[in-house]
Amino acid sequence: MVDDARLADLRRKFGRAPAAPSEPAPAKRTPREAQPRFRGLESGHRACQGCGEALAARLVVECAGPDVMIANATGCLEVFTTAWPESAWRVPWAHSLFENAAAVASGMEAAMKAKGRNTKVLAFGGDGGTYDIGFQALSGMLERYHNVLYVCYDNEAYMNTGIQRSSSTPHAATTTTSPAGKERMGKRHLKKDLLSIIAAHHIPYTASASVAFPQDLQRKVRHAMGIDGPAFLVVHSPCPLGWRHDSRLTIDVARKAVECGLFPLVELERGALTNVMPIREVRPVADYLKPQGRFAHLFSDDVRAQEERDHLQALADYNIQVYGLTGEGQDPADTGGAAAVGRSGRAPRGNDGAARRVS
Amino acid sequence: MIGDMIETRIHGRGGQGNVAAAYLLAAAAFEAGRYCQAFPAFGAERRGAPVAAFVRIDATPIHLRSQIRTPDYLVVQDDTLLLDPKITAGLKADGAMLVNSTRSGEEIGAHFDCRAFSVDATALAVAEIGRPIPNTALLAALLTLTGEFPLDALAAALKKRFHGAVLEKNMALIEHAADAAPKGLWARETVDA
Amino acid sequence: MREALEGSQAIARAVALCDPDVIAAYPITPQTHIVENISKLVAEGDLHTEFVSVESEFSAASVALGAAATGARAYTATASQGVLLMAEVLFNIAGMRLPMVMTVANRAVSAPLSIWNDHADSMAVRDAGWIQLHATSNQEAVDTTIQAFRITQDTELPVMVCMDGFILTHTLEPIDLPSHEDVRAWLPPLEFDRKLDPADPKSMGMLVTPDFFPEVRHSHHSAMQKALATIEQADADFESAFGRASGGLLTVEGDPEAKIGLVAMGSTVGTMRAGMAHFQAEAGPARLINLRAYRPFPSQALRDAVRGLDHLIVIDRAISPGLGGILGSEVAAVLSSAPDAPRILNVALGLGGRDIPETLYPDLLAAVRDPDAPAFSVFDADLKKLAPEDR
Repeated sequence: MVDDARLADLRRKFGRAPAAPSEPAPAKRTPREAQPRFRGLESGHRACQGCGEALAARLVVECAGPDVMIANATGCLEVFTTAWPESAWRVPWAHSLFENAAAVASGMEAAMKAKGRNTKVLAFGGDGGTYDIGFQALSGMLERYHNVLYVCYDNEAYMNTGIQRSSSTPHAATTTTSPAGKERMGKRHLKKDLLSIIAAHHIPYTASASVAFPQDLQRKVRHAMGIDGPAFLVVHSPCPLGWRHDSRLTIDVARKAVECGLFPLVELERGALTNVMPIREVRPVADYLKPQGRFAHLFSDDVRAQEERDHLQALADYNIQVYGLTGEGQDPADTGGAAAVGRSGRAPRGNDGAARRVS
Repeated sequence: MIGDMIETRIHGRGGQGNVAAAYLLAAAAFEAGRYCQAFPAFGAERRGAPVAAFVRIDATPIHLRSQIRTPDYLVVQDDTLLLDPKITAGLKADGAMLVNSTRSGEEIGAHFDCRAFSVDATALAVAEIGRPIPNTALLAALLTLTGEFPLDALAAALKKRFHGAVLEKNMALIEHAADAAPKGLWARETVDA
Repeated sequence: MREALEGSQAIARAVALCDPDVIAAYPITPQTHIVENISKLVAEGDLHTEFVSVESEFSAASVALGAAATGARAYTATASQGVLLMAEVLFNIAGMRLPMVMTVANRAVSAPLSIWNDHADSMAVRDAGWIQLHATSNQEAVDTTIQAFRITQDTELPVMVCMDGFILTHTLEPIDLPSHEDVRAWLPPLEFDRKLDPADPKSMGMLVTPDFFPEVRHSHHSAMQKALATIEQADADFESAFGRASGGLLTVEGDPEAKIGLVAMGSTVGTMRAGMAHFQAEAGPARLINLRAYRPFPSQALRDAVRGLDHLIVIDRAISPGLGGILGSEVAAVLSSAPDAPRILNVALGLGGRDIPETLYPDLLAAVRDPDAPAFSVFDADLKKLAPEDR
């Protein structure tokens, strides 16, 4: 039995007009004005359980909005948010094609400039639309110095079409186009070092983030929003379906990727490394690989399995070395370190032994 | 080939200002109150390769858009091109050929069995503008020979295309080149006032 | 003001008269001079626009799309391979019903590589959902460009202005450019209701399931058919404001009693007009139909225009290998429902820039009287150049 009074109260609270208004309708409010607080990406969309991309996109838009517009590449994010006639977006949003989000965003930004408006343009793409098919348009946008924040939701394969390998798929991961078998141990090639390529455009700001570290992610978005020029953010966004891990493990898996060094969280300005999230307690790569079915073949008796695990460990060690990810000594940037806070809120183990709070 | 239309084909080498010559001649005709049409033989040629351009001038609007096969006038900016028989092909029986050359017009005319006149336009251009660009000198000579419209029209067209020192030098050049050609030598009997 | 201008330069200036907010383009022969002239106008401060010099035609169309989505007046130009590289975006722009104008400097499509004119490029995207208008002269190209900006905002259909590469783009001829004030008075500001705006957020380019896709396509088709009237009206309005028309949907000239007609598009019309005037005595009376609107296709206007003809020569400047002429096939389809439809002789002329001399005119009229003439041929192909097995 529905309590009409309570329903009306809830509707009022969440800004939805009562079904049969008994008093004159108030002045028309936009969907945004009708919201209790700004949320660029509404709930109710059709993402899978535990979708890292949906979470990441919500965190980004919540932090960036409301005076933004988005050019979205074809991919899961577009499909699960905008099945006509419903849209989960509460900011102006356009999807054109798979490979042109950066160019469409360039056009939006040029139009804002022509009209003397300050609305910030965001471009969203997955790793397919960013590392691969949309790479040229992205490079062009960065080179032309458009005032656009490009966010790549990196789930390391073409998930929208059903888990095919991309140039962002990690070495040895299986996908439907890089399966493991008698002759193969998953993807034969390395994950493309996109960040270095982006940084080589010498744009004001390039950064990586992870859904496992929302404060860090939002801090980076805020920083990028303040830049008058191109900024690029890649967000590691697990896909439970494609990575074949339990839906409830999304954050856990994403955190382990950072903690083992395979997905370093770094910031670069004008091409130079300016900040990294240090790892207090480096995990073995196997901790990250183990929960994921895409790496299951690396834990078989096959002699090649150990080789590939060693290879991935070497890649993580390399990242830790080149980016200087181990947190040693007093480092003011260290407060948000990857091992700073556990899920249970246990005290982090800083170098001075004192508890630290996440800023 | 139609009515009183005058068709001119200009031959040169890439870099000699062949298209510019065609555009200038047409623009001069426009300044003189005529309808005109000028276009290059669209090629992918690079500097130094033989190139051609076409100019139609008429008292009425021009609809025809094909290349000029039977020109009234030929303008040849580089006499080494005359070794190619295609250059002189189709010249009307009562047509005439203007060549940038140190050879005499009589010699060239006798060889090709047509009316011909020559100007050492390269030397004139080098003397006046310091660069071997013979096109404006040849156009000045052509206008003087044909008397189709006054040199002032060419000067007006030049003024719309060039400015400053380049314009002044070209103005001097066309005066000199006009002096080098006999007035009205090729004047058409049917020329309209 | 009348000036002697190169076609490309005139187009650049016509675009500038229309106050575009955003121009995005990538150079390709023979469109290059349009982009260069626009760049020059911007550099000299004669055109205040956001000119985005992109890294590919694909991005040129995408940038224009993004700009149009925000309600900005957008323009781009390309040709040939550029049209094909844009193809995916062109379908997208039209499907999103975004207003914009694009000049296509028509050029053949590789392979073999050809920089010269034919209509293979715009024909390849005829089903993209764009309005396609052809110009027979640079004056028409200029006037049609200005009209296109009005048509696109009235219909929310993107408009492609097709002009023959080199033949028009690189030809200098007298052109009357209207004044900026007059164009501003004639062309109302762009008001695009569906624009992206943070004050009233909308989503566009959404996923449409089979539940609604056929309805979307139907409405697009229906909008294109309604655009026939808009195109005619824009030309009529332009004529009353500026004193000259650009050909509405199509124009008919020549002898109304003639039994032979010709249909052509673009600069070929001018050459056929010259041929008709010159060879009237030996070739006999004829009627010349200049098809200006290729998309939407003016089916009824064409049926009216061919009434009384026994023979109709349809000149294509592109072919669909394995079928024949594209325009010819469409004209045949449209006339199949007309009573006493003329017999059609479909010829392809001028492929890959083969010059079309006016002397072909009497040959065409002779061919139409020849009962053994094939229904379709690449009329100016010299088969002796081919190995016997390829003829």
